[in-house]
Amino acid sequence: MSELLKVDNINVYYGSIHAIRNVSFHVDEGEIVTLIGANGAGKSTTLNCIAGLLKSDTGDIVFNGESLSKIPGFKIVNKGLSLVPEGRRIFLQMTVEENLQMGAFSNPENEQAGLERVFDLFPRLKERRSQVAGTLSGGEQQMLAMGRALMSKPKLMMLDEPSMGLSPILVDQIFEIIKNLNDTGTTILLVEQNAAAALDIADRAYVMETSRIVMEGKASELKESNQIQKAYLGQ
Amino acid sequence: MTVFIRTLISGLNLGSIYALIALGYSMVYGIARMLNFAHGDIIMVGAYSGIVAVMSIGLPPIVGILLGVIVCALLGITIERLAYKPLRQAPSLSILITAIGVSYLLQNLALIIFGPEQKAYPMFSGVKSFQILGAKIDGITILTLAVTACIMIGLNLFINKTKIGKAMRAVSEDKGAAELMGISTDRTITVTFAIGSALAAIASAFYGATYVYILPTTGSMPGIKAFTAAVFGGIGSIPGAMLGGIVLGLIEQFAKQYISTLWSNAIVFGVLIIVLLVKPTGLMGKTIQEKV
Repeated sequence: MSELLKVDNINVYYGSIHAIRNVSFHVDEGEIVTLIGANGAGKSTTLNCIAGLLKSDTGDIVFNGESLSKIPGFKIVNKGLSLVPEGRRIFLQMTVEENLQMGAFSNPENEQAGLERVFDLFPRLKERRSQVAGTLSGGEQQMLAMGRALMSKPKLMMLDEPSMGLSPILVDQIFEIIKNLNDTGTTILLVEQNAAAALDIADRAYVMETSRIVMEGKASELKESNQIQKAYLGQ
Repeated sequence: MTVFIRTLISGLNLGSIYALIALGYSMVYGIARMLNFAHGDIIMVGAYSGIVAVMSIGLPPIVGILLGVIVCALLGITIERLAYKPLRQAPSLSILITAIGVSYLLQNLALIIFGPEQKAYPMFSGVKSFQILGAKIDGITILTLAVTACIMIGLNLFINKTKIGKAMRAVSEDKGAAELMGISTDRTITVTFAIGSALAAIASAFYGATYVYILPTTGSMPGIKAFTAAVFGGIGSIPGAMLGGIVLGLIEQFAKQYISTLWSNAIVFGVLIIVLLVKPTGLMGKTIQEKV
């Protein structure tokens, strides 16, 4: 499989805090890769840096053979990479449909087909298309955030804590949808605190601890490792 | 009754002018999270542009106004690029002080170019008056109300229906999320300054027609009032700026007519204080609870 995303030695600082140190990893086309680790380990910072919300002082991020480090943040979605951010960050005062239209901002030709696909995946959103997003339930908001990210027809979709704050049934649903998206050709980079669920659907995993990647491997193997079981799976 | 109608109409007239200016304050605050205290002086620039176009170049008034709109839109974009854009990451106090600096710069440039003496605003001298329920109403007042109503409807359609308008709403809610969608914050801010300044230029024509004389400091008082109107309505909210402007104009004219001319400003600001005590987000400002 060919390499879709290569993160090479990035460092991000918030003022004097060194948020991620020398982070390097890669995601191959068609994979589900998960980044697991405790709160504050630097997982979200890593995703935000790839998506262009933060800039690294060093190294490079190469997506689909093209370096992203010189590209302004708002143009990155154009390259086929979209992020479902932590806390969803949907536009609460806009309607469901408007949120989805914003998702297709960089790719307006895809708006109609994108809407159909998203409404197909999330029938609830279709029912509520003209409702203001702030009135949706937490689960529906997560679906909207994912649907919005799909509107740009990404090659790689990054999800930051999609299960946060959701009921167990909804978590299962969300993970099922992620698996589905992957089966239909979208590469996935998933950040999760719910390590067990993430390792279940992932092909490979990286473990972050105190702003570094400390371990990597096949998801199935990591799941069996004593160290991981103790630290992240509570067994 | 006649006095009441006349006061009502003149309140709406003044309120329309405040509303047009307040929109600029509110939109810029909503998108760029800054208070552009140079906004009032854009009115002054619009008015002088009209005077130059009509008196010196001899263009027809309507062309003079359009020219003012273009000059102000370009000036708004230029000010944003040169003065505010480099401060995008700076503390808001630095930006505020810069805005006040720009305001003085514009006033003093006008002082150098046009001198300290007042100039008569020439437009609309030939517009007829109307009788409404026994009250004599200037044609220009009717024109002000009609144009303002059209602008408000147009602006609402623009914000709610067009792609750029929706992008502006997205940026005002969450810049980072908007960038993730591929929306350029910088471009959106540029558009916002252009629209806000263009609206101030239109307000300047109505202001000139109502108050006739223009000075380099002409923009400060309507600027402050319109800022008050924007806060009153809920800063960042477009319908709020419209409502705030109209309500403020009405309060001011009714206070002048029925209470005291001297006290009218005190009453206006008194009402503002009361509204903010009761509803700190302003009349239309909203706080939506985020679900976790």
